Amino acid sequence: MRGYMDKKADIVIVGGGPAGLAAAAGACKEGVKADRICIVERDGELGGILNQCIHNGFGLHTFKEELTGPEYAARYIGQVEEMGIPCLLHTIVVDIRMEADGRKKVTVMNRSDGMFEIEAGAVILAMGCRERPRGALNIPGYRPAGIYSAGTAQHYVNIEGRMPGKEAVILGSGDIGLIMARRMTLEGAKVKLVAELMPYSGGLKRNIVQCLDDYGIPLKLSHTVVDIDGKERVKGVTVAEVDKNRRPVPGTEEYISCDTLLLSCGLIPENELSLDMGVALNPATSGPVVNESLETNIPGVFACGNVLHVHDLVDYVSEEAENAGKNAAVYVQGGKNKTGEESVAVRCGGGVRYTVPSIIHIAYMPEEQVIRFRVGNVYKNACLTVRFNDKVVMKMNKRVMAPGEMEQIKLKKNRLEEFEGLREITLSVQEEDS
Amino acid sequence: MQEKEKLPGGWPKKTELTCIRCPIGCMLTVTENQDGTIGVTGNTCSRGEEYGKKETKDPTRTVTSTMKVKNGTRPVVPVKTKGDIPKGKIADCMEALKRAEAEAPVRIGDILLKNVAGTGVDIVATKSIGKEKTD
Repeated sequence: MRGYMDKKADIVIVGGGPAGLAAAAGACKEGVKADRICIVERDGELGGILNQCIHNGFGLHTFKEELTGPEYAARYIGQVEEMGIPCLLHTIVVDIRMEADGRKKVTVMNRSDGMFEIEAGAVILAMGCRERPRGALNIPGYRPAGIYSAGTAQHYVNIEGRMPGKEAVILGSGDIGLIMARRMTLEGAKVKLVAELMPYSGGLKRNIVQCLDDYGIPLKLSHTVVDIDGKERVKGVTVAEVDKNRRPVPGTEEYISCDTLLLSCGLIPENELSLDMGVALNPATSGPVVNESLETNIPGVFACGNVLHVHDLVDYVSEEAENAGKNAAVYVQGGKNKTGEESVAVRCGGGVRYTVPSIIHIAYMPEEQVIRFRVGNVYKNACLTVRFNDKVVMKMNKRVMAPGEMEQIKLKKNRLEEFEGLREITLSVQEEDS
Repeated sequence: MQEKEKLPGGWPKKTELTCIRCPIGCMLTVTENQDGTIGVTGNTCSRGEEYGKKETKDPTRTVTSTMKVKNGTRPVVPVKTKGDIPKGKIADCMEALKRAEAEAPVRIGDILLKNVAGTGVDIVATKSIGKEKTD
């Protein structure tokens, strides 16, 4: 489905995964002509990481049924094709530059056309994220074959139909690691252990139960890999318990023989392009700082999906991205540059690690603004407090809150409008005294 | 955890499991009595009780995997069981999938294997795979 390209577009979308697809559909629904939108995708097909996520559990919120990743992607790809939105496949965005008149020059490159520029009114960043590699983890030992990020192993098994090894240890209990523990087991490998550095798992509870407990795979919390054995190929790993400062406790080391080590140690939004063009990032998310319209500090540049902040559920990616698409449409149809306009800051009080958005222009917010956030620790019988300036305006009790589960609240526009002198909104979480 | 703790005489059977109906994740203790009744404790809502009973009496899962494709643009096609199958049949289902091969082109939703492992449930493709161009 190579698309027609006149090198001028209203909206260029960087990335054809779940975020880019929903953003494109959102912009089109808001009245931007399909052929004035352009999705740029570096892979040979649309769908992004969903193509290798062959397990089910996608779409429960959006479609009220459990779909596999490729099925979920197919619904959005179908929508984009039906609308007739052009896509450039096998094409990467090299650079995005701002023109003096506010338009954007997007430099892209592919094999058949070489390098060329697309002029755009607005850009939507939807590049997704990548896995934290071994180099970022400080694991001593040689660099033998047999060490993969969980997502790389997933690509081998689910797309290429090849197994990365026979006996595996998985470091990190993020969802991809848990899913791969089950997948490797089903394909006949022995997964000996999942080790998690933190005292809690970063994965969804249903994945711990259905991927580990179902197959009797042990999960050791507060454990990490302290050594990798093997020069040509992994022969085994040494696992040790860690103290509360995440330092290995001497004397707790245990050697586990294996030929494969999978790493599922977190995801990092892929923001090199954003940084190059001067988009301000939030250190807590490694994604852009955005306002109520999911617009970055550069007017007309929007962000959504995992490049903005890492999500646990694709349903929320689609919802967020559709909004980004609609807001980008409003922008190219004569929206204003909001720089310097009065705004309300959304701040993180105790226990809250980040919020998206972190800036609200009341005039532009929808009737009901969704604020997504994550907490920094596991809280039982937690109380979520929302303050307007210093005044408590909302209190909610939550049985349990954990860093692995994204939370959200909704703020009504009229409540913000009615509050005189509103400068900041603060979210905080406390554990209730029992 | 699904460790069965057998009391002397075998009854009642106790099973510990984590409820997955919501993020709270209650630790349930399910007690199976000789007369066939099942008791659930540790739950904080009725969904926990329902989950505990179903997981004990009739645990089922949707299986997702891949199947080899002949002459496809990709070597494998992702597949799933069209509905849940008994948990105890997962290994048989995987064995059947290992032996099977689809022929490209495959369309999403195509039935690739009927009545897998005698469960009465079909295996369907979850993605379309085109035919490899030969020239």
